[in-house]
Amino acid sequence: MTVGALPATGSGAGEAPARGPLGRPLRRLLRRPPAVIGALVVAVFVAVAALAPWLAPFDPARPDFLAVRQPPSAEHPFGTDEIGRDVLSRTLYGARASLVAGVISVAIAVGVGVPLGLLSGYYRGALDELIMRLTDAVLSFPFLILAIALAAALGPSLTNAMIAIGIATTPTFVRLTRAQVLAVGAEDYVQAARALGASDARVIARHVFPNSFAPLLVQATLTIAQAVIAESALSFLGLGVQPPTPSWGGMLNTAKNFLVQAPWMAVFPGLSIFLTVLAFNLFGDGLRDALDPRDE
Amino acid sequence: MLPFVGRRALTAIPTLFIVTLMVFAIQRSLPGDPALILAGEQRDPEVIAFIRQRYRLDDPIPVQYVAWLGQLARGDLGRSLRTNERVLDLIAAKLPVTVELAVLSMLVAVAIALPVGVLAAVKRGTAVDYGGTALALTGISVPNFWLGIMLILLVSVRLGWLPASGYVPLSEGVWENLKRMIMPAFVLGTGLAAVLMRQLRSSMLGVLRQDFVRTARAKGLRGAVVVVRHAARNALIPVVTILGLQLGALLSGAVLTEQVFTIPGFGKLVVDAVFNRDYAVVQGVVLITATGYILINLLVDVAYAVLDPRIGAR
Repeated sequence: MTVGALPATGSGAGEAPARGPLGRPLRRLLRRPPAVIGALVVAVFVAVAALAPWLAPFDPARPDFLAVRQPPSAEHPFGTDEIGRDVLSRTLYGARASLVAGVISVAIAVGVGVPLGLLSGYYRGALDELIMRLTDAVLSFPFLILAIALAAALGPSLTNAMIAIGIATTPTFVRLTRAQVLAVGAEDYVQAARALGASDARVIARHVFPNSFAPLLVQATLTIAQAVIAESALSFLGLGVQPPTPSWGGMLNTAKNFLVQAPWMAVFPGLSIFLTVLAFNLFGDGLRDALDPRDE
Repeated sequence: MLPFVGRRALTAIPTLFIVTLMVFAIQRSLPGDPALILAGEQRDPEVIAFIRQRYRLDDPIPVQYVAWLGQLARGDLGRSLRTNERVLDLIAAKLPVTVELAVLSMLVAVAIALPVGVLAAVKRGTAVDYGGTALALTGISVPNFWLGIMLILLVSVRLGWLPASGYVPLSEGVWENLKRMIMPAFVLGTGLAAVLMRQLRSSMLGVLRQDFVRTARAKGLRGAVVVVRHAARNALIPVVTILGLQLGALLSGAVLTEQVFTIPGFGKLVVDAVFNRDYAVVQGVVLITATGYILINLLVDVAYAVLDPRIGAR
């Protein structure tokens, strides 16, 4: 089977930690400047999203027909849009939709995918076969086509875009968890636990899941990056966040009609998507290196 | 090897079946009554009744599904609820446009990824390597629809070098066609290039450590010959698989790229169909893409088994 390549994540923190379970990886993470920068940028965007009402100089939804499509100035550092709304304020508020969508859709994917992967890998047999075929089926839809079809079926909204992205990214977590379970399940200490009469639930909760945690965390971080792009893509197509709520994708959708008259409308929302996604990718890559015990 | 091919093909069948179920389920849960939507402004009960009967909209859902499967088996994807054209014809008309876009962007991707990926591996740990890695990371992180908009802004609006949008068929002039496809192909190709670059770098690193490369060097062959003829060739094998798997990502990207550059392809067809609530067309497009993806990856696996006997023996 080659459908859906698994990411080259580490095999989990199987070694004895030096000081607390997180001490070593954390120190290793802090030694990686790109990862630290990524984490900081993510933190800045989270702060922007949380504090948008206080940071934004204007009401993001209030039009000002006397100040339509104004280029960046001291009053409007990012300029104004086609109905005179402040692009800076809208960009700040736009962080909310992107981050909420990124985190919640991945939470859906993890919440559905990890239990399915655990079941599939632990019990094998017919259940495994069924779950794998379902996963293959979802994977065989191009990500965006599936998200478009779902968003269209459920109706265009941020909530439905998140559900669609969550479903489309679930297979990654099913497969990753399953692979981890298969690897960990063969270990001697798991066999020993079973031989001592530990219940399935106990083996899964005490041994299998904790040892699958590291690669799942890495994958979740990297998938947030994809989900942020996917949300903005759906909003760009008109299938995500609905106007007048500000979203980076939605802003770009409008901006592409005013490229000649108001290019600034397109620059800042796109730059924000790019920086957010880049930050999550940098952080995720750093996390992977820091959590991989083979790499010293 | 044959048993392997057979087993591999057998796993594709349930997957295809689940795909049809999912496509059907998604489409049947679309909001709004398709008969009313199709009837448009006039709301004539007779017209609506005719539409309902014609598309079996009053039958129980399982009956609709089985009828639909039967049609599929006969190669009938139905007709557009809007234009009454055959869905297969619509897709056949739009597909070449998207295939051209996809092929061009694969060329762009390979043209970027091959030299950068190989160089990054050969010059591991140097500025070239870090530059390549940064480039790949950028390619993965930049939303391609924004890249497209920025390119239009720079190349078309500011510099006036290329048209910002539209499509001219190849038959009406190769240059006219390419002038409009260069930017979209570049935009779509960069994301793929980034993925290929990463893959090529890591598989090159693996191959460069192997004995036959050391032997080639020990024989006194020039560095470039060893890299290109011995190492890169072997490093390309896993990259080809990635190309197959990336087909889905490429199609997703094409949907957005076609939207940005107003190219009348497959992606535009599905987006327009969604907004028109044209069930039959969405169903057809989704089904064809998923089937194509499954079949192509089946072929990739089979080709693998032919090329590498160890896989078939597994």
